[in-house]
Amino acid sequence: MKSFSYVIKDSVGVHARPAAILVQEAKKYLSEVQIEANGKKANMKGILGLMTLGVKQGMKVTITAAGEDENRAIQGLTECLTKNL
Amino acid sequence: MLVLQGKSALGSIAIGSLQIYHHKDNSISQEKVEDVEAEIERFHQALREAEDNLKNLYEKAKNVVGEEDAAIFQAQELMLTDPDYVGSVEEFIRTNKNRAEAAVKATALSFENIFAGMEDSYMQARAADVQDVSRQLINVLIAEEEGTGLKGKIILGAKDLTPSETMNLDKNKVLAFVTTKGSLTSHAAILAKTLGIPAVVGVGKEIINAYQGKYTIVDGFTGTVYIDPDEKTIRLMKEKIEKNKVVEAALEEVIGKPSVTKEGKSLQVYANISSPRDLVHALHNDAEGIGLFRSEFLYLERDNYPTEDEQFEAYKAVLSGMRGKKVIIRTLDIGADKQVSYFQMPEESNPALGLRAIRICLARPDIFKPQLRALLRASAYGNLGIMLPMIVSVEEIRRTRSYIDEIKTELATKRIPYNPNVQLGIMVETPAAALISAELAKEVDFFSIGTNDLVQYTMAMDRQDERMEKLVDTHHPAILKLLKMIVDSAHEAGIRCGICGEMGSDLSMLENYIKWGVDEVSVTPGFVLNVRKRIREL
Repeated sequence: MKSFSYVIKDSVGVHARPAAILVQEAKKYLSEVQIEANGKKANMKGILGLMTLGVKQGMKVTITAAGEDENRAIQGLTECLTKNL
Repeated sequence: MLVLQGKSALGSIAIGSLQIYHHKDNSISQEKVEDVEAEIERFHQALREAEDNLKNLYEKAKNVVGEEDAAIFQAQELMLTDPDYVGSVEEFIRTNKNRAEAAVKATALSFENIFAGMEDSYMQARAADVQDVSRQLINVLIAEEEGTGLKGKIILGAKDLTPSETMNLDKNKVLAFVTTKGSLTSHAAILAKTLGIPAVVGVGKEIINAYQGKYTIVDGFTGTVYIDPDEKTIRLMKEKIEKNKVVEAALEEVIGKPSVTKEGKSLQVYANISSPRDLVHALHNDAEGIGLFRSEFLYLERDNYPTEDEQFEAYKAVLSGMRGKKVIIRTLDIGADKQVSYFQMPEESNPALGLRAIRICLARPDIFKPQLRALLRASAYGNLGIMLPMIVSVEEIRRTRSYIDEIKTELATKRIPYNPNVQLGIMVETPAAALISAELAKEVDFFSIGTNDLVQYTMAMDRQDERMEKLVDTHHPAILKLLKMIVDSAHEAGIRCGICGEMGSDLSMLENYIKWGVDEVSVTPGFVLNVRKRIREL
């Protein structure tokens, strides 16, 4: 299992467009991908759970990947997060 | 005759019979199913079909209205295939032995409640997206295509329309639509405007069944809807349509033609825009450039500062969209009538004469520098002119230029592309700037005259005050004298001078502008062709 944390910089937080981009990225991997923020957990391969976390600017999110391609998943998602949020 | 008044984004008139549209969610069967697994399979088949529909809708929308407005359909597709959503529907079928339609409706309701209970208004509004995708799924399940049941050429009346419903409107059948709810910034209104369907939104009154099939006229110029109009209204509206046809045909004729007078004197016609969304209208109306892109839209109607990247993307979109034509972007012009809460500016007794525009920017480099950096990065993607508002001194230009030089050096060190020759200009809109325009012209690459403020400050007449609006004379000799002085100063220094305020679209002034040698006027996209046509007649 691999994980990393990131503080959201985007002023609107996780709104529909970046959420869509993140979910599409997470879906590329076989690993289970979870996101934790605001004291709640969600499956990152689903846009509804991700959006209802209510992630805003300045909040810390922790992403965990578990599975055979967990290293690649974390790498891809780190890039995707820093670029879009 | 019933007259409804709402808001319209498109100047066009439509006549047809009114057809009332209801969201189809009233015919869901509550009966139980025997074979649960077969029902789940039925749900999955519908899911695949609804997913394909959304994919097609996204592609269609991308081509017609552009990627930004189309993105909503991509997010909707992900909602539809969301494992939590799908899992919940399966769960309802399994435990309650619900039919798929009822399970979808119950699932939608639970997610809608979660969104509706969230703090932020943006997230609350997403409840409508969950509703929209669920409705699409239910429509597939009950095998009814959206938009069917509409006969002939009609005017659609509805409480409101979702993005997918708007996108699915058949332009050959639906001449216009009228909704009880909605505003000009709602998805339905924006999509309708881009699709070229006249729409009057937010009429307030419910469009009741009694109006079904009634002869209806939608006047998109005024945002008025006439249901069952009297003879006189019909005649007036038909005349208006005929007049409009003649006008439009004459305007279309000047598309692709240069803005020159009969004697061959040129006065270019640019467009003013407020967001990348307006670009499509500037292009459609054949604007020769963007004379004023107001960057405020990035700052207004939100709770916090836009990031540099967000700004960069917006500027880049407009610059690359204009394919090498000039794009003048005005740096932040906030203050006076445009207030933003998160700037936390103290209240002023006279905001029009207070800390606004360039004054805020120079007082707050933490806001100004990211904007300049975003602009410089975007300069690599087109022909950019950076324009500073509300200038009154040479000093303000020099301070800005020192920021720009600092950022350029930094970008060069980091090998981030930018255009080293990016133009810097000012908006001449204070009497002070007009009077020292000869000195200012030596400091910059272009002038653009902001007539709205120039008139307000010269005449000492508040432009927000309706009583002053009636008194103000924009052709006052003082104004004309200042305008000519500014143009002359620019040309003596060998730089361009444009006019981007409301006086740019004052057709009775065009002759003067041409005589003085004004290089461009910049007007609202929908008026570009009107101005060009007039110039060609001179």
